[in-house]
Parts: sequence; C-alpha cells; structure tokens
Amino acid sequence: MLSIQNLMVSINGKTILKDFNLEVKAGEVHAIMGPNGTGKSTLASVIAGRDLYDVDAGSISYLGQDLLEMEPEVRAREGIFLGFQYPVEIPGVSMANFLRTAINEKRKYHGLEPLSGAEFLKLMEDRKKLVDIHSKLTNRSVNEGFSGGEKKKNEIFQMAMLEPRLAILDETDSGLDIDALKVVANGVNKLRSPENATIVITHYQRLLDYIVPDFVHVLFDGRIVKSGGKELALELEEKGYEWVRKEAGIQEVH
Amino acid sequence: MHNITDNMTAENRMISLFKDNFDLLRGAEPQGITQLRQQAIALVEKYGFPTPTTENWRFTDLESLFYTPYHFDFSNQSRPFDIDKIFTCDVYDLDTFSVTLLNGWFVYKNAPLTTLKNGTVIGSLSKAMEVYPELVQKYLGKAALMEEQGLTALNTAFFQDGLFVYVPENVKVEKPIQIINIVNSEQPVMLHARHLILQEKGSELTLVHCDHSLTHNISFTNSVTEGFVAKDAKLDFYKIQNKGHNAAVVNSGFFQQKAHSELVCHALTLNGGFTKNIFNAELQEPNCRATLNGLYLVDSNQHVDNQLQVDHAAPHCESEQLYKGILDDEATAVFSGKIMVRRDAQKTMAYQNNKNILLTDEAKANAQPQLEIYADDVKCSHGATVGQLDPNAMFYLRSRGLSERSARQLLMYAFANEVVQRIAIEPLRDRIDHLVEKRLKGELSICDQCVLHCNSKEPTVFNIDVSKL
Repeated sequence: MLSIQNLMVSINGKTILKDFNLEVKAGEVHAIMGPNGTGKSTLASVIAGRDLYDVDAGSISYLGQDLLEMEPEVRAREGIFLGFQYPVEIPGVSMANFLRTAINEKRKYHGLEPLSGAEFLKLMEDRKKLVDIHSKLTNRSVNEGFSGGEKKKNEIFQMAMLEPRLAILDETDSGLDIDALKVVANGVNKLRSPENATIVITHYQRLLDYIVPDFVHVLFDGRIVKSGGKELALELEEKGYEWVRKEAGIQEVH
Repeated sequence: MHNITDNMTAENRMISLFKDNFDLLRGAEPQGITQLRQQAIALVEKYGFPTPTTENWRFTDLESLFYTPYHFDFSNQSRPFDIDKIFTCDVYDLDTFSVTLLNGWFVYKNAPLTTLKNGTVIGSLSKAMEVYPELVQKYLGKAALMEEQGLTALNTAFFQDGLFVYVPENVKVEKPIQIINIVNSEQPVMLHARHLILQEKGSELTLVHCDHSLTHNISFTNSVTEGFVAKDAKLDFYKIQNKGHNAAVVNSGFFQQKAHSELVCHALTLNGGFTKNIFNAELQEPNCRATLNGLYLVDSNQHVDNQLQVDHAAPHCESEQLYKGILDDEATAVFSGKIMVRRDAQKTMAYQNNKNILLTDEAKANAQPQLEIYADDVKCSHGATVGQLDPNAMFYLRSRGLSERSARQLLMYAFANEVVQRIAIEPLRDRIDHLVEKRLKGELSICDQCVLHCNSKEPTVFNIDVSKL
C-alpha cells in the first residue's frame, strides 16, 4: 500500500529524514517509536503533504501512485488520513459544515453523489457512538475550546467519518488520560480491516497495549535503526532508547 | 440643476454654491435651522475640508472627489413616486417599515410623515421641520461634531431632506425601520442627506440603513445621522453598503447616550469605490453601553476607511469596537478607532479590536488605535492585526480533503462570521450571512437588488478572487 524508499527530507536546509525506508501493506499496523526530535512528526507531515518540508531525495509510492506529486487534498481523497499531534483550532467553522464539505468533496472526486443532509446526520450519529463523543462537540467550531482529550477524540471521530485506507496517528496518545486513551484505541481498533492500514507514531509503549502493532520500528537520527514485532515495544519500555542508539552506533547529540 | 466647474478651491466652490442657492436651501425652514446652516458654512470657510495632514484622514484622500463637476438638485421634483417600480429589497423575511430616499430626497406614496398607532413618527425631515419645528431645532446639529468634521459642517450647510424618526417614551418599535438610500442619476451627483433619530426614555428602535446605487455613474454621498438615545432606551443601528465602484460615500453617525442606554451600531461594507464611515458615540451619563461592529469586504482598487470614536464622559459605561476586513487586489482599508475616557469616567470598560486579512501583496490595511485615558480606574484594551489566512488551518482543512479554494472560502467566511453573528435580527443576519458568502465566492453584484436598471447592461460582479492567495 505504502512504499517509502531512500527518503531524504529537510527543512530550511536542515536534514531531518535521511535514507528512510518503510513498507506498509494492507491490513497491517505499524508503530514508529523513538525519542523526541528524531523525525517522527516530519514523516507524518510529509506523507500528508505539508509543504513546509523539502523532499531532497527518494520516493513515496501509495497504491501504485507517486504520492509526492499529489496535493494534500488529493491524498486525503485517495484515503490518507493524518491524526494531528496538535489539532488546529478553527473558530467560526462548524464541525458539521467542515466534515460535510470534506466528505462531499471526496465523494465528488470519486464520482459519487453528495450525501444529503439526512444521510450526513445519520453518518455523524453513527460514528459519534464509535468514538464515544458527545453530541455537543459536533455543533461547535472545529477544535475551538476543546480540551486536549476532546481534540484527540475529535481526530479519531474525523477518521471514522472519512474512512481512510491509510491512517497515520501522530502522537495521538500524548496528553491523554487512561480513559481517553482507551476510547481512542477502541475507535482505531473498530476501524481496522484487512483493506486498510495504520501507522501509529508514539513516544511511549502505553498506547500499544491497546492498539497492538504488527511491526515496531525505532526511528533515530532520521532513519529506522531497528525493526521488530510487538515485543520490541515492551523491550523499549523496559530498557529505554539508549541501547538502540548505541547498537546503531549513533553519536549522542546535545 | 447646478454645475460647478471652475478652478476655485473645493471649499470656495461650495461656499459660492451655498450663497447662490441660499433661498432654495433654506426654503421655509425654521429660523434656528437657517442659523445652523450659516454657522456650518462659516466653519467650512474657517477650517476647510480634511486633507492628508488632518488627523484621521492621513490615508484617505478626499481631494480628488471634489474634482468632479457634480450636479446638485436643490429642489425636489420627484415626489410623490412609486419606488417599487425601480427597487425591491430582497430581504424577504424582514418585515420592516420601509422608507426610501432617492438622490437624497424622501420618497413617499401617501404622506411625507406617518404616525404609527404607538405614537412613533416616521418620515421626511424636511416635512418634520415644518410640522415639529421646536423639536427639530432642539436636537438638530447638537450631536454632530461640525468643528472636527469639515464634511459634517458641509452636510449641515447643504442638507435639505432625509429621515426623521421620533419614538415616544417606553415605546418599543417592533418592526425595524429600513431606510433605502438610492442614488440614481445619469449625471454625477453630490448628495447631503440628513437623518435625525429621537428616542425618548425607555424606547427601543431598530434602524436598518441600506446604501445602494442603481447605476454605475459617479456619485458622492455625504450623509449625516444624529441619534439621541435617552435614558434606558435602546438603538440597534445598521449601515449596509453595497455600492458601485464609482460611488463615493462619506457616512457620519453621531450618537448621544443617556443613563442606562444601549447603542449597537453595525457597519457592513460589501462594496463601494470609496467609503468613509465615521461613527461617534458619546456616553454622557452612567451605565451606558455602546457596541460598534464592522465588516468590510473590498477588492479591485476600492477604499474603505472606518473612523470610530467612543467618548466615555460618565462612569460605569462599557464600549466595544470590533471591526474586521478582507482585502483583495489593490484594495485599501483604514481603521482609526479612538477610545476617550474622561476624568470622571471611572470604572469604564472599553475594548477595541481591528483584524484584517490581506489576500494579495498589493492590498493594504492601516490600523490606528488611539486611547486617551484620563481616569485611573478603568479597563481598556485594543488590538490590531493585519495578516493572511492561517497556514496551519489551511493545511488542516486540506488534509481532510477540502480543495484549496473551499478551505480559503471556509476560513474567510469564518473570519467574517464573527461580526455577522452579532446581528440581532435573525432574517437580516441570515440575509447578510448569505450576502457575505456570495461576496466571498465572487457572486455578489450591486445589481442584486435592482429590478429595472441593470436589465440592459451586463451585471457587474465584484470578485474576491480566492485563487490568488
């Protein structure tokens, strides 16, 4: 589904990702772990199409297409979803208006008729239950005045509404208490299917107790230095990241 | 009809025009009004018109407006007149008491002054001067700051007609009163409409003032409104401008408020070649509240200038100014907002905010907040921003599948919506909401409300082009 090869990414001349490689197949859940500042969020942003970054080398192929040639909205309509680490507050834009526009633009792109008001409301009600979201949230402006937990739940709600093929969850667990974490994980698990894939970016192993990954990758210094199964996450939890750094022969940077 | 074409200064031309037409101008008005005219023309002679060195006129050049050889219509030949034949307001659900001014003159079907069952009087100011000379003389010119505003003095010298509203004590006028100010002339015209709003204690009034032009010809409207809001009274005032590129408007509103009164003043500029709005609220007694909201959406080489002053002269009053604008192409906007807190105005709360979004590098916004505070126990704040649409919000929306165009429209609409949401009358709010949406999609024309005059012409569509961001 997703194939990243020899990717090199920089921002303002500073290289963040170097020689990054990743293969994700349908039905898989990949966890990307690593300390802060190793390029995890950069990877998520580049896949989603943020133009702050320069792709200096390498390629990303998604469902056989050159992803880097696509505008962010086209990537979204083709099924890519980024769960933001810091969801943006947009005062004055209602959740309902925003999501209805998003869904109908995606439908139009795929040659489908727009959802009627009633169909859209039904879909919203249905997906709200999935993520245990309060009905009031959808009447408010996008993320405006939401608590940290509400913002993250709202990301999962949007994901449930948009039904992506490939979801990338960027530190969705950060700042969540255990109940909110369970709600978020539960939502992700319910949406898992053999046709779609998920990349979970996280600093801690905690989330992976609830979203069980097929593969765990450790990102260091802009590239994957170690990959393994779900047990690698437990090992990292126990021993920290230091041993991976040493094993990979990477200089400590202060 | 009179022309001015010679090479005198603008002031001298107007003074000479005043002298030549003095008898026509004063008509049969009360003596006090004639004296007011003479004072006003003397002030024009003494202070002249604002220039780029005049405070609050630094970024708005008035001089070129006076180059045009305007025609003046000092005698009204158009009454009575069936306005429905040329214009219908399309705020369908808005049940208003509607009156019309055509080229500055009050247009009526039946009588120039109407008295409603509750005692409210609505009609022509010219007729009111005849029927209620004492009342008009007592108030006219008392709120207007003629010494500070040369164009207000000019209006006072030249006005002949306009709207007169009187609301008796404790009367709540249920239907909004709507003034539709239409300019329709084959020749360039200059107009001096004058409106007088008198509200007794505890009364409530909603006034919707719409400026339209029915042709694309050159016009210069210099209108002045004075509003006297007595104790416990409430005035909801709306100024809606949808005019052509060749229309220049200087619109001044002066309000005096007594204890526990409330003023909400909205200025919504959807189109207009040259627009200057001047609003002054004088909070003369304790516990008043004044809210000044504004929204301006301008493109091409349109220019809009909003000049506000809230004068806190008494303690325990509150005021808020919120003006927001979206500027495309080479459009320019000026905001100068002054909060004056006088020595006795303790416990004042006064806030001011001006926010601008520029869609091009050529668009310009100037914000000049001014705070003058002489009391020590007050809460005042001001803020001004000039910027672009939030790139983080743009990416967030696009990452969900919205096209760049949809994302921009949604953000601009949301930006404007903060002001629109403050419109209290629901049908009007919905209508303005719709007009703003159309305007931001580039689908609004000044011919929208016109049923006759643009049939033969291609409608002019004013376009905020979102693809250029």
